[in-house]
Amino acid sequence: MTFMPQMNRRSFIIGAATATGGLALGIDLPFGSKLAMAQGAAGPEVTAWVVIKPDDTVVIRIARSEMGQGTLTGLAQLVAEELECDWSKVTTEYPTPGQSVARKRVWGDFSTGGSRGIRESNEYVRKGGATARTMLIQAAANEWKVPASECKAENSKITHMPSGRSTTYGKVADAASKIEPPAAASVTLKDPKDWKIAGKGVKRLDTVEKTNGKMIYGTDVVLPNMLNAAIKDCPVFGGKLKSFDEAKVMSMKGVKKVVRVDDSSVAVVADTWWHAKVALDALPIVWDEGENAKVNQASIESWLKEGLDADKAFVGNQNGDVKAAIAGAAKKVEAVYSYPFLNHAPMEPMNATAVYTSDRCEVWTGTQNGEAAFAAVLEASGLPAEKCDVHKIMLGGGFGRRGRTDYVTQAVNIAKQMPGTPIKLIWSREEDMLHGTYHPITQARMVGTFDANNNLTGLSMRISGQSILAGVAPSRMGRDGSDPVVFQGLSPSGDFAFSYSIPNLLIDHAMRNPHVPPGFWRGVNINQNCIYVECFMDELAKEVGQDPLEFRRKLMAKHPLNLAVLNAVADRIGWSKPAPAGVHRGLAHFKGFGSYVAAAAEISVTGGNKIKIHRIVAATDPGHAVNPAQIERQISGSFVYGLSAVFFQENTVKNGRIVEENFDTFDSIRMADMPPVESIVMPSGGFWGGVGEPTICVAAPAVLNAFASATGKRIRSFPLKNHNIAFA
Amino acid sequence: MIELKVNGKMHRVDVEPDTPLLWAIRENVGLTGTKYGCGIAQCGACTVHINGEPVRSCAMQASEAVGKEITTIEGLAANGMVHKVQKAWVDHDVPQCGYCQSGMIMAAVSLLKEKPKPTDADIDAAMTNICRCGTFQQVRAAIHDAAKA
Ligand code: FES
Ligand code: FES
Repeated sequence: MTFMPQMNRRSFIIGAATATGGLALGIDLPFGSKLAMAQGAAGPEVTAWVVIKPDDTVVIRIARSEMGQGTLTGLAQLVAEELECDWSKVTTEYPTPGQSVARKRVWGDFSTGGSRGIRESNEYVRKGGATARTMLIQAAANEWKVPASECKAENSKITHMPSGRSTTYGKVADAASKIEPPAAASVTLKDPKDWKIAGKGVKRLDTVEKTNGKMIYGTDVVLPNMLNAAIKDCPVFGGKLKSFDEAKVMSMKGVKKVVRVDDSSVAVVADTWWHAKVALDALPIVWDEGENAKVNQASIESWLKEGLDADKAFVGNQNGDVKAAIAGAAKKVEAVYSYPFLNHAPMEPMNATAVYTSDRCEVWTGTQNGEAAFAAVLEASGLPAEKCDVHKIMLGGGFGRRGRTDYVTQAVNIAKQMPGTPIKLIWSREEDMLHGTYHPITQARMVGTFDANNNLTGLSMRISGQSILAGVAPSRMGRDGSDPVVFQGLSPSGDFAFSYSIPNLLIDHAMRNPHVPPGFWRGVNINQNCIYVECFMDELAKEVGQDPLEFRRKLMAKHPLNLAVLNAVADRIGWSKPAPAGVHRGLAHFKGFGSYVAAAAEISVTGGNKIKIHRIVAATDPGHAVNPAQIERQISGSFVYGLSAVFFQENTVKNGRIVEENFDTFDSIRMADMPPVESIVMPSGGFWGGVGEPTICVAAPAVLNAFASATGKRIRSFPLKNHNIAFA
Repeated sequence: MIELKVNGKMHRVDVEPDTPLLWAIRENVGLTGTKYGCGIAQCGACTVHINGEPVRSCAMQASEAVGKEITTIEGLAANGMVHKVQKAWVDHDVPQCGYCQSGMIMAAVSLLKEKPKPTDADIDAAMTNICRCGTFQQVRAAIHDAAKA
């Protein structure tokens, strides 16, 4: 089992040979002989998803991107399951977007975000495997002149049952590739309960190269005669590049060229990246910072605060009459919460390598969306699709940031000014921090009402703040200008359904879009929406002196799958029994990306402000669990990402620009702070929910609720460091 | 021109003395397993061994490493045998994106040299690298396992 995508040499050769590509530019193949190139080279394609070589190696094509979340392995498991192949012979490769275009998008969507990698493609990739199996069996049957119905495939072997004759996939693959595929409708898929490879916690396919330094990431790409570029974009979003004095740096060591990249950025091209960076730091640059330079954090926050009372708001979820409930309430509880801007800060800063001539443009980059990167290459190069391609490289983390293509466009813009020379553009960490697409900033006013018998009669939730779609994809907004993504976890139904029934409910959004560009940040809007709802639920329960679990259960009769995960974590943490002395508990649950998730935390607090998380129990019901071992890793990993934000992270704005430039002011959880996470993966079947993102949202409110229980202090703005709260 | 001894081999590299060792290793020696994450000694992605000690190579000048033994992730395997820490990493399926893992492994190897049977507290103290994917739970288990090997 090996992982091959980054050295999809064959696709490179195809691209190069058919379209006067890399080879014609005098570019040799990009990666050294240490990679077993030959593996990607020969073998008949049975279906678009499956190539089988004479030695029985199975190459499974993966269109989605691997960025650590395990999708590559999971998708391969699904194809292999239906293919009935020997898992130990499986390897994978990425088709390129250029090939996809040439083949009428035979591999479907390449985009890898929204926890959609597996849940949205599982059916057609499984069919790709099942179709190949059918064709392989047919090829063997033809050879033996027996009916295919008498033959059975298992573990890459086909057996003619009556005679016991057998052959292997590798021997019949060539013949199979020439057979007319069966009609799609005639291909049936296995019942998941019969799965042997899928549904199992098999090892990832891409691990060994990640432990010996051999895995090639975008920053590691080396092409012959390549030069390196370092870039600065105007630190004030929306500002422009006025001028720069290249004469001051041209004589510095290694410097080849200083280029205007676009309206707002300048790059130094040098023999090494370090030389490029040193010269860039020395380059006198004059920015036209524009109006946005007047914007500060306080002005953004007061604008959002004003939105909490604004008349105009988009309704996301509504039933009953909240106004009447508030007017007639025996008791009313009110609280305002907020959540900051956050950079994704993937471990590997943004980067892309581009080579351009008037006849061809190719890019090597880590991207969550190969097709979007391809479109960016077409647009920046001005060349038609058949003269461009993108070669996807392993991502050093994505978390949503690498769904964008700004860095790809920049690399092509630079390469265009040095035709024929490959240019590797790497952002410094500082550039990456200053030019993120940030988790949106929001505030929320929560109002809950009770009748005289302490029954919850109403909930009003007014969100004020940023819309991601307004910044990223206005075409996906509602006709009225609303952004449905704001209501993740709060919607009346669907993948992001609100998981309580409350007689009078109003959840609405006053849109306030600051100039800071927003983006999809792992978990997106469930991060803060879950904190707002689940912390406030505890506030409500406390107000009426009820147990937080019992209080929730009463509102969840119509939400059995949410209730199931909530009960699971409550059981495992031992909610019905008292916590150990000095230990306090909190819990939370939610629905996001089609999955049901819950967490329960046990913490202790010393000195009123030092938190030790003793354990977090997490449960998820993603419908189907393709690789439970990887799901567990996504749960604990997502908690690190989410809790890092809540404890340490915020990006603030001063004079129109982001203040925090590196991990010294934007810290991230390290080993000592890592809570032990116990995962309960409880797929209930019948639907396909996401894995990489849903669980992220429940850790923070579970811990915050435990903190409130320990100290009586309710924290409603983040990060906790601003309240002088830290890990013990 | 300075001379660096990396993984037992001498390399003459044309860098200014104050070039960070990280970039000399990556761009001049040509070993890219050592990663750039922050450039300010915060994240540990660039961790290498200098005379057996873990060092964040982004914060060390190349000239300071002259005359010393530099070991990178590529030099960890001896005589074609993967290091027991690498093996434990594979057994526990530790890496997610993997970008931090060269540094993480180099830090773990140093820890085990210092403390062959580390406690959880030892691991907490020694493993200060950032992993944005959040692999710490598997890192801890793999270190304990490697300690038994
Ligand atoms: S790159 Fe050296 S510590 Fe981050
Ligand atoms: S595995 Fe991705 S940063 Fe550690």
